[in-house]
Amino acid sequence: MSPNTQKATLQRRPLVKKILEGADDNLLVIAGLGSSNWDITEAGDRPLNMPLWGSMGAPVGMGLGLALAQPKKRILVITGDGDMLMSLGSLATVAAQQPDNLAIVVLDNEKFGETGNQATHTSPLNNGPTDSGAGTDLAMIAKGCGIADTGTVRDASEVAALVKDVRTKKGPVFRLVKVMVEKLEFVMPPQDGAHLKDRFRQALLGHP
Amino acid sequence: MNASTTPDWRDQIFEVLQDHDVKQVYHVPDAGHGRLIEACQRSNSMRTLALTTEEEGIPLAAGAWLGGQRSVLLMQSSGVGNTINLMGMPKTLRFPFLTLITMRGDWGEFNSWQYPMGQGTPKVLEAMGVLLYSVETAAEVKATVDAAARSAFNGGQAVAVLLRQKLIGIKNFGKK
Repeated sequence: MSPNTQKATLQRRPLVKKILEGADDNLLVIAGLGSSNWDITEAGDRPLNMPLWGSMGAPVGMGLGLALAQPKKRILVITGDGDMLMSLGSLATVAAQQPDNLAIVVLDNEKFGETGNQATHTSPLNNGPTDSGAGTDLAMIAKGCGIADTGTVRDASEVAALVKDVRTKKGPVFRLVKVMVEKLEFVMPPQDGAHLKDRFRQALLGHP
Repeated sequence: MNASTTPDWRDQIFEVLQDHDVKQVYHVPDAGHGRLIEACQRSNSMRTLALTTEEEGIPLAAGAWLGGQRSVLLMQSSGVGNTINLMGMPKTLRFPFLTLITMRGDWGEFNSWQYPMGQGTPKVLEAMGVLLYSVETAAEVKATVDAAARSAFNGGQAVAVLLRQKLIGIKNFGKK
């Protein structure tokens, strides 16, 4: 069995909880729309989280703009495979800037979760008439874009190293994490974008 | 050569951006903005980012603002269509956004492929709630970009300045 056809065993919610454990004012988090938003919110809503409710394809760019503006803070982008596929070029833009304080975690369940779990391009090529993708490897794409420190995590034994890498290792760091397809409760943060932005700036800068 | 002592309008834009404390400059390669982009690249106070598509400029600007920095997106009208979905972000998050757009398909354009997006540019930006300023003569550039920057950074608006083709000149493909 090639690694690409191994069944995912990691669950996204406990994983994200571990990644964000002990988050302090030094950690600024941006989450992509849909599942990643609900994941970071279940781990604990906080002003220095910027959970997106739309703007698919935006999280990596937001993370980069923030990383350059706040070089002393750690910036963590958490998003899904569908969102990442929509902004592959942003990985090349990250590579061109080499922000040493930016980490990107893509939770890859190979599905468009918010629209009914249709296959994304990261699903296997020949996976039946309604569930086939292209076997796209986002970690290889990140590497090909020029992000040297990339990796794929599939096993519970690798999670401790994953957490350490995305929280502390010199960036840019890119980690693809293969996660299970699960039906999970929606855990929603405030929706108003201006409020989310203002509370983030208030917490970070001391003014909205 | 131009014997006039008036500075090049692109140098004037650079000064305005500096005066407004713009720290991050996003661009795709562009002949119209070329001289301005190079000035920003040489600046010690600005970080210049080349994009793979204009669309990236909007979330970058949002992230910069979250982190307390001002930014500007430099693009051609042909790139405006690439930005439209994410152009909703300044409205949703209510953050200041400034973009300077060199127009094609606007004034004596020879390339028919440039007309649809060039002619559509003001309409689609307006549809997304972006405030439009337009400038056709070099004498008006500085005041217009300054006013646009004030509307964006002081007034909290999403603002686009259309640098009309009449100002930039008709592209002649290398013939000087």
